[in-house]
Amino acid sequence: MTDKRKLLILAIVVIALIAVFMTIHSYGNWDYILPRRSKKIAAMLLTGMAISVSTVVFQTLTNNKILTPSLIGLDSLYLLLQTAIVFMLGADTLTAMSKNVQFFLSAAVMIPFCGVLYKLLFLRKDGRAIYFLLLVGIICGSFFSSISSFLQMLLDPNEFLVVQDKMFASFNNVNSEVMVLATAIAVLSALYFCKDLKYLDVMALGREHAVNLGVPYDRITKRLLVFVALLVSVSTALVGPITFLGFLVSNVAYRLMSSFRSAVVLPAASLISFAALIGGQLIAERVFTFSTSLSVILNFAGGLYFLYLLLKEERT
Amino acid sequence: MIEVRGLSKRYGGGQGIHDISLTIAKGAVTSFIGPNGAGKSTLLSLISRLIPMDEGQVQIAGADVSKADSRGLARVISILKQSNQLNVKLKVGELVEFGRFPHSSGRLSAEDHRSVDEAIRYMELEELRGKFIDQLSGGQRQRAFIAMVLAQDTDYILLDEPLNNLDLKHSVQMMKVLRRLTDELGKTIVLVLHDINFAAAYSDSIVALKEGRVIRHGSVDDMMDPVVLKEIYDIDIPVHNVDGRKVCLYFR
Repeated sequence: MTDKRKLLILAIVVIALIAVFMTIHSYGNWDYILPRRSKKIAAMLLTGMAISVSTVVFQTLTNNKILTPSLIGLDSLYLLLQTAIVFMLGADTLTAMSKNVQFFLSAAVMIPFCGVLYKLLFLRKDGRAIYFLLLVGIICGSFFSSISSFLQMLLDPNEFLVVQDKMFASFNNVNSEVMVLATAIAVLSALYFCKDLKYLDVMALGREHAVNLGVPYDRITKRLLVFVALLVSVSTALVGPITFLGFLVSNVAYRLMSSFRSAVVLPAASLISFAALIGGQLIAERVFTFSTSLSVILNFAGGLYFLYLLLKEERT
Repeated sequence: MIEVRGLSKRYGGGQGIHDISLTIAKGAVTSFIGPNGAGKSTLLSLISRLIPMDEGQVQIAGADVSKADSRGLARVISILKQSNQLNVKLKVGELVEFGRFPHSSGRLSAEDHRSVDEAIRYMELEELRGKFIDQLSGGQRQRAFIAMVLAQDTDYILLDEPLNNLDLKHSVQMMKVLRRLTDELGKTIVLVLHDINFAAAYSDSIVALKEGRVIRHGSVDDMMDPVVLKEIYDIDIPVHNVDGRKVCLYFR
């Protein structure tokens, strides 16, 4: 099967899933259901796209297919922020806080953090900027999560539940104004960085080949890392930490598609993430009737997939 | 012409290269020889902007390498290093097509396809064109990478140990191809070679490096001399005349 046909089939699957998601158990309450459900779909499409694009780009830049942008430490920063709010202002403040304020607060912490990383990147001029960034990211990430766990230790169990709820991505309470804003940030940054994406295929060959072929490698790497950080910030601020999804869908896309080119892998990974998110949400809502979260289902399915891969690799 | 002026690059422990000045003639084959760790690969990487220099200047055809636009340079000079691990699944033909990236930015024109076909023919890869790189033997892979560099079609070609992994037949073929590129198309080729006899048989001039410095630079005749070779390698290497060519017997 050609890659084009595979993409087409994936697109059909996604459209079918959207149709099912929009219409299942409607009981004729269209005025109530359609706006609510389409908001969820929009959030899932935006997050799915942001996470899969950022992961594929990040994996190309690091030349490593098992890393995810969570290494930059943005997820931990998000959790630290949520924990700190509950710790200092109490769980009621967090639950009462409007979604707008929450999004702005998260974005206001994470985007300056991206700015600091960007500054750090430009301190290095020897072509090893990416390793330096990973190192700083890992250190900051563990620093943030250590503080979070320390604060969580001190929390009242009831308040801790509120924090725990924030540890998993959720599409259930997405605000439409926040959606518009998040989409605007994602689209604007995509437009700003899209001219760098044409270098991705060449950069996948590794630094030396890319430099030889005239790619301004160090500059493009830094720019694309900022793009990755922006996308992760937007999607995390919108629904919560969900970078594991990126790891899952990028690897499924690499296996499924015969070409490694970004023109094929990026849409494939995005479509797979749409299918995973919408399908997972359907299962969470209709099969488990909201008793479990989407993240749990995705991690379970992802875990099974990787066990399968491991067993299959062992046999060959 | 490649002009190197006061070039330095320091690594920890006194490694690196120190204050190298060198002029590499246009339209000729120049070989770098010298013991391991002499700085041959480093010099090649510095000339081709793969690593930034600490001090000095490199000019290729009048353009300053550290200031010139990278894409423009990629149409003038190409480099192939010795370790070529790929992380992506790629066919031979696709790899060679990447050589046209500086000219086409990914959208290949009819002319680009012609260059690709020609490079594949030069390296005798027609039958392997549809094979994946990771299915090839070391020598075939080496040829595929060289074909990519040929497709790039630059006036200056830098190759770091191009004979690595090649058997005798393909080594001779490779050197003949490089010689032909110089003689017929006027390309300037700079090589790192370990086998002095290959260097002597196909080069126009030889540059000897040791401990990060150029210690000798001369014609093949000047360099194929027991006294000079002793200075470079610290061992006695007898040089014999076979059919009018100087040959080293360094085996025992």
